[in-house]
Amino acid sequence: MTTVDPTNTTHVDPNAVSLTINGKSVSARKGDLIIAAADKANEFIPRFCYHPRMAPAGMCRQCLVEVEGPRGPMMVVSCMTPVAEGQVVRTETEQVKKAQEGVLELLLANHPLDCPVCDKGGECPLQDQAFSHGPGESRYVEEKRHYEKPIAISDNVFLDRERCILCDRCTRFADEVAGDALISFTSRGNNTQVMTFPDEPFSSYFSGNTVQICPVGALTAKPYRFKARPWDLDQVESTCTTCSVGCRTVVQSSRDELVRYQGVDIDPVNWGWLCDKGRFNFEAINSEDRLSTPYLKDAHGNHVATTWSSALETAARMIRTSLATSPESVAIIGGARGTNEDAFAWAQLADAIGVDQRDAQLADGLPAEVFSLAQATIDEAMAAQTIILLAPDLKEELPVLHLRIRDVAQKRKAKVVEITSRPTGLTPSAWKSVMVEPGKAASTIRAGLDQSILKQIGSGTVSVVVGRMNLAESAESVVLALAEILHVAPQAKVLPVLRRGNVRGAITAGLTPQRGAADTAEILALAAAGKIDTLVLLGSDPLSDVPDADLARRGLAGARNIISIDTFMTPSTSQADVVLPAAAYGEKNGTTTNLEGRISNIAQKITPAGTARPDWMIAVELASALGKDLGLGSVEDVTAKLAKTVAQFAPAADTKALRHDGVVMNRLTPITLNRAEAPANDRNSYDYRIVSFRKLYDSGISTAKSPSLVTLAIGATVVVHPLDLDRIGVQAGAHVQVIGEKATVVLPVSTSEDVLRGTAWLPFNQPGNDAREMFDVNATVVDVRIEKLS
Amino acid sequence: MSRLTDANVVIAKEIIARYPRAKSALIPLLHLSQEQNGYITREAMVQLGELVGVTSAEVYGTATFYEMFRFEPVGKYLINMCGTMSCALMGAGELMHHAEHKLGVKAGGTTDDGMFTLAHAECQAACTEAPTLQVNYRYRFRVTPADFDSLIDDLRAGKLADEIPQHGVLAKVRQRIPADKGVGAVAPEDVTEGPAWLDGKPAL
Ligand code: SF4
Ligand code: SF4
Ligand code: FES
Ligand code: FES
Repeated sequence: MTTVDPTNTTHVDPNAVSLTINGKSVSARKGDLIIAAADKANEFIPRFCYHPRMAPAGMCRQCLVEVEGPRGPMMVVSCMTPVAEGQVVRTETEQVKKAQEGVLELLLANHPLDCPVCDKGGECPLQDQAFSHGPGESRYVEEKRHYEKPIAISDNVFLDRERCILCDRCTRFADEVAGDALISFTSRGNNTQVMTFPDEPFSSYFSGNTVQICPVGALTAKPYRFKARPWDLDQVESTCTTCSVGCRTVVQSSRDELVRYQGVDIDPVNWGWLCDKGRFNFEAINSEDRLSTPYLKDAHGNHVATTWSSALETAARMIRTSLATSPESVAIIGGARGTNEDAFAWAQLADAIGVDQRDAQLADGLPAEVFSLAQATIDEAMAAQTIILLAPDLKEELPVLHLRIRDVAQKRKAKVVEITSRPTGLTPSAWKSVMVEPGKAASTIRAGLDQSILKQIGSGTVSVVVGRMNLAESAESVVLALAEILHVAPQAKVLPVLRRGNVRGAITAGLTPQRGAADTAEILALAAAGKIDTLVLLGSDPLSDVPDADLARRGLAGARNIISIDTFMTPSTSQADVVLPAAAYGEKNGTTTNLEGRISNIAQKITPAGTARPDWMIAVELASALGKDLGLGSVEDVTAKLAKTVAQFAPAADTKALRHDGVVMNRLTPITLNRAEAPANDRNSYDYRIVSFRKLYDSGISTAKSPSLVTLAIGATVVVHPLDLDRIGVQAGAHVQVIGEKATVVLPVSTSEDVLRGTAWLPFNQPGNDAREMFDVNATVVDVRIEKLS
Repeated sequence: MSRLTDANVVIAKEIIARYPRAKSALIPLLHLSQEQNGYITREAMVQLGELVGVTSAEVYGTATFYEMFRFEPVGKYLINMCGTMSCALMGAGELMHHAEHKLGVKAGGTTDDGMFTLAHAECQAACTEAPTLQVNYRYRFRVTPADFDSLIDDLRAGKLADEIPQHGVLAKVRQRIPADKGVGAVAPEDVTEGPAWLDGKPAL
């Protein structure tokens, strides 16, 4: 027992609880569970159903311990029992052992023990704990329960009910964490099983997490099934860069091939969760289609494989010739897909040769000034009393951030106010959803929000999650709305949610227009006008990503030379004169910056495809071909120089700190946004105004080149309100023509009550006819007519 | 009609309003749905999920926990034969055996003409009258094989139409809570005082 010194009155924490576990005195906090306190004290209690990130369920009874009570020792379930002052807990007595063995014998009674053919074998809590805490032998000789095994409960998840120990982890996760309660316990007694509704699959963006947390091999994931045994796996901790949430992962390989990513629990970001896209898109890195050698375009326009030296020499010659005309005839688009080091080395190269036209965003982001507003980290944003969302559907674009916001909203720790043109994944958890027509967010807020909302955000802590809510609406429009919000909630802190993996890092490292130079939209317009001689595409594909297909096409056609550094032959790369193969995620070391500005390391696990090299190295070599020495010999050099050169990156000098939680970059003195009258954006009543944002699975490379994900893209479509469909005069499923000022696109039409009347929702960058043909980067909003096919 | 009828949707909403959390109404709603069609259809489960704000999978999970909810179409008459202790001692086993012969189906099956579904049931709370059965939830007590035969023959001949209702009109009595007696849908944690009708009097 701890003794309290009555003279020491400083720091008496009213929530501190002290107890003893196996004779060790342990301090905990009021409300902690015994099992959590034991974990902290390194006293391991066996368990199956307990998971520190979910509410306890007390399903498996494996965690029984003895607690001293008024009538002597009694058995309690340590995952359901909170600590108490002076509590005496024992986890290794004869009684406890007997109970643990009994529970394990029962859990194993119906278990098939097919460990030799089970993916989980070797990393299985049931296997491990049967060994460490089990009876060693079973008395059960009767026939075991049999089920068809395994059955697919979704495209990527398989369920083997014979192996299931009914711990309720997967079902709790689906309901409590993901909010997709598409699996549930069904039947009762001996027939109890995890099941979906008949013929309605467990199609959750987060389904892979259930596979990771299943304490047995009952749930397995298609992309990994039978690929490797745990003891064949090599692994390294890293950060997912598929989107800018920056979930912490462990990258696992077997025989120099990526086979699995698992979530790692870090407090400030992902709590162990990953989305399925981030989890399964390692398949793209293993793809046969990866670029593995440099190419040059020959006189007939065909790509011919070549050596690095000739490719770099050609690229250098192009740049040199262009520079001789003017540095303004060279531009760099991209860089948000690489590491901080990649971006910084390219920024250094651009500095060295005087190229100011560089932009890591593809006209689908926000002006870099959003990073100069008073910033919130994810944790700070979640701790606010009110969270205002002026963002796309986060479930689709930044899935694990969606989970974090959903968590505080569900637990009623924060009130979520969303301002959107279409209900989102967070609408069911939101306190208020303000539906605005595209282009009208700023004027709606200016005209006055609901009194209750104004009262809520007028005082207390507020965070604003701001992103590009609609790709058919200008960035300007979002900034104007943000300025209005910051006017009524001046105390608010901002969490910018630009989506591309390392966009914040790339911008901060210098891949953003310098000295007022052209941004991506302007660069493309200049190129279209014949004013760009050499265009460098740094892991970017304007033809697929710029929300104005026509501009991108004209820009690429107008640039005399295109140098593309990429991992795949994308539509844009196939137009390039010089193609340089880049090392992909998992093939290079470095650091990345997530949306809140957290810098953490990413690690190499496998050898790059063919002769592919990291972008930073290409920059260094190109610089030297141009007679410039960047003084960067290794990735560590680049990190060090970055930390020294760019003030925000200074914390990255402590490379150790980058390894797990990472460090948040230095913040600048915040600026304030000026309000301005938004254009009226009125329209003709026959028009539909376009709302467009990405779905998680789109035509992007990481989905398109991952066989397990590619089929999950919904395909190009136009969705309208059911009453509007009547107005068009067709049936759902029919093809209609969507007629914009710039183009007419034929698309299948469907309906949803979620779509505001008079608006049309078009998912961005889906396989099929391309909605971006109608978009215009220079327009605030895009209005179209929708008509029957004639 | 496999979704709830409009009239039943009205009843469903009335039931939901009795609970502080809509999903608490799921069991009575499942009963309502089974009462309408004799079994619970897939469409009904989807609809109930929408009505109380849970997923179809959750409705399915709840419904399948209870053995007397049925998910396959049943005959015009559903015969639930008690097989629990008192009835078992009083010959329920033999009676079931006889019933299977008489109807030509095994327990759980439905006759080819769609008239009868024969089912095992647990104690029907009429143990003093063992062995018992229910046909469309109407009791028959101290049933002998001969009683069973004549019951079947009468049903086939349409003689019991008054006494034994059809699926869809099974419930004759509906719970109604008069406005002045209801405590309203207040979540337990929000209860601060006794119900109005207690009028300050102690509860017991
Ligand atoms: S499938 Fe796995 S996680 Fe789900 S209940 Fe069974 S053992 Fe637990
Ligand atoms: S949310 Fe983003 S960072 Fe996290 S796993 Fe998914 S893609 Fe990766
Ligand atoms: S871990 Fe405590 S009951 Fe399962
Ligand atoms: S045992 Fe049959 S009614 Fe109770």
